[in-house]
Amino acid sequence: MPPLMLSSSNYAGIRALRTRRSSWRWNPRVLILGIILAVLVFAAMGVHVAYGGLPLAYGDVLRSLLGDASQPRTYLAVTEFRAPRMVAALVVGLCLAAAGAITQSVARNPLASPDILGITSGASFGAVSVLVIAGGGYAGLSGLAATVGLPAAAFTMGLVTGAAAYVLAYRNGLDSYRLVLVGLGLNGLATSLTTWLLTLGDVTNAGQALTWMMGSLNGRDWPLVVPMTMFAVPLLVLACFAGRWLELLSFGEDTATGLGIRTGRIRVLCLSLAVLLASIGTVLAGPLTFVALASPQIARILCRTAVPPVAASALTGALFVLLADTVAAHALPVSLPVGVATAVLGAPYLIYLVLNYQRRLT
Amino acid sequence: MSTAFSPDAAATRTATAAGRPGAPAEAPPDAPPEAPPGVSLSARGLSLGYDGRTVVRDLDLEVPNARITSIIGPNGCGKSTLLKGLGRILPPIAGEVLLDGRAMTKWPSREIARRLSMLPQTPQAPSGLTVADLVSRGRHPRQKWYQQFSATDESAVGSALEATDLADLAACLLEDLSGGQRQRAWISMTIAQETGILLLDEPTTYLDLAHQLEVLELVQRLNRADGRTVVMVLHDISLAARYSDHIVAMKDGGIVAQGTPADVVTAELLEEVFGLRANVIADPLTGRPHVLPIGVA
Repeated sequence: MPPLMLSSSNYAGIRALRTRRSSWRWNPRVLILGIILAVLVFAAMGVHVAYGGLPLAYGDVLRSLLGDASQPRTYLAVTEFRAPRMVAALVVGLCLAAAGAITQSVARNPLASPDILGITSGASFGAVSVLVIAGGGYAGLSGLAATVGLPAAAFTMGLVTGAAAYVLAYRNGLDSYRLVLVGLGLNGLATSLTTWLLTLGDVTNAGQALTWMMGSLNGRDWPLVVPMTMFAVPLLVLACFAGRWLELLSFGEDTATGLGIRTGRIRVLCLSLAVLLASIGTVLAGPLTFVALASPQIARILCRTAVPPVAASALTGALFVLLADTVAAHALPVSLPVGVATAVLGAPYLIYLVLNYQRRLT
Repeated sequence: MSTAFSPDAAATRTATAAGRPGAPAEAPPDAPPEAPPGVSLSARGLSLGYDGRTVVRDLDLEVPNARITSIIGPNGCGKSTLLKGLGRILPPIAGEVLLDGRAMTKWPSREIARRLSMLPQTPQAPSGLTVADLVSRGRHPRQKWYQQFSATDESAVGSALEATDLADLAACLLEDLSGGQRQRAWISMTIAQETGILLLDEPTTYLDLAHQLEVLELVQRLNRADGRTVVMVLHDISLAARYSDHIVAMKDGGIVAQGTPADVVTAELLEEVFGLRANVIADPLTGRPHVLPIGVA
């Protein structure tokens, strides 16, 4: 048989494509949904840019995005104001949802998302300390503090909170209830520390920090968005490759160990990846709630898989944030921060999840 | 063999020969295979525990190759802990577990998983998983990231499902199965792992008697057909005696007695280990010891 001869098989729903030396499992439902979601995300990106102070024609938007500067006003609005915000919304959605898919799989608990576990609050505590200490809001921050200081502080505190949740919840294995409870505690701690920080700064700084804390994409510009995006891309690729581990970790410590997985090492790797992704999301949009919680589970239900598929979750998250930001900014007479929209959409889902939690565990 | 049946306690010793693998005259037709495969499992000076609390202390055990070994003992005696130690789920506090003569801690985890499979007491799977998908996970130790489901994997999963009589339910969701079927599906996963050693932690828990027998018959078939070494923790002493070639009785983290069912399952031992007064008679069907409890000693 020539080495590239492809054959496909379907064994009781397990589909595989095989060459002579390799074989690849695939799930038609996940693939088709992934394609549909990707198309929807592209459409939402266009809608996000097209809506603004004055609506722009989709054709002009597309031409401007592709570098056509023949209409200077449109070109400026699109590339300097709307595009960075759109890319920020996209990256925030991808990162938060991917992080949620990872933490939910590792903890084997649909409640265990970075916003519940305190990782985003921890990261936002780090960010707010920089905002308050170095001068509030992105506008008030000097270049270095904004592009390096704030992200670095957010990453550090995100990692510290994530590590604290892991260490405090770990006793002879990782118990998901304990992790969620410890996480809720840390979440409360980080939130109250952040509130306390706000009382230290002057009123203007505190006001700006407060808006940021609600989760806002307002005024995100390229100097922040570009490095964060470049950081996010490789992490997102890694997260997609971690999917195979996540499936096995979802069987619990003993079974996964029995199958030859070094559970401790892989769990720490996966959780670190999730913390970094969640921190990127937090740096860009503040502690946006419910994206990381809801998107992976929506993707899991749509794809009918046992654990949330990372790529589909990330696309769902991106769609969620892009639409939420479009709606929050333009649907009402008053422009709202995106965090308000995700919270309004997400809170009923959280209630539903808690009520149905028992049924989801087998 | 049924002539050996006698309703009084004196029957304790009558089953001695029948239970022993080396007794050709009375050996049942499904006698254990004579040629053991290569992988050996043993413990040397093994201590195990949790949070600084030692549960198993300085234990030596040689698991007989290609035989079914059952670990019995009262609750909290450390039998499940021992099984976890043997299956490297729990690292030793002191001593070592040897797989093929080499310390378990020196083996790469994946290499262990190609030689030894383990079914935890209450294995958990995420919901929405099909039986075939579950069983296919047993192939993980033999797969690479670019070899996710080869033709070899497919046939291994197929025969594991055949062996457990689940081929017709391959596409069903795990949560839709009955308790007995679900347990067979999990065992099927360990079969797909194609290991010489199989560790089962109370594989019959929560099953009614018919399904308990079904699972134990399956375990016996696996041992008889392929010469798999089986070590399991069982609560029911009579069932352990019926289906095992070797019994290890534990108390307070140590081994009190081990040997053939007839040698180990005696009224004296039950009193010593379980604090149970009981008559031990020979099972009229198999000749193996059968426990008739009288009361707490």
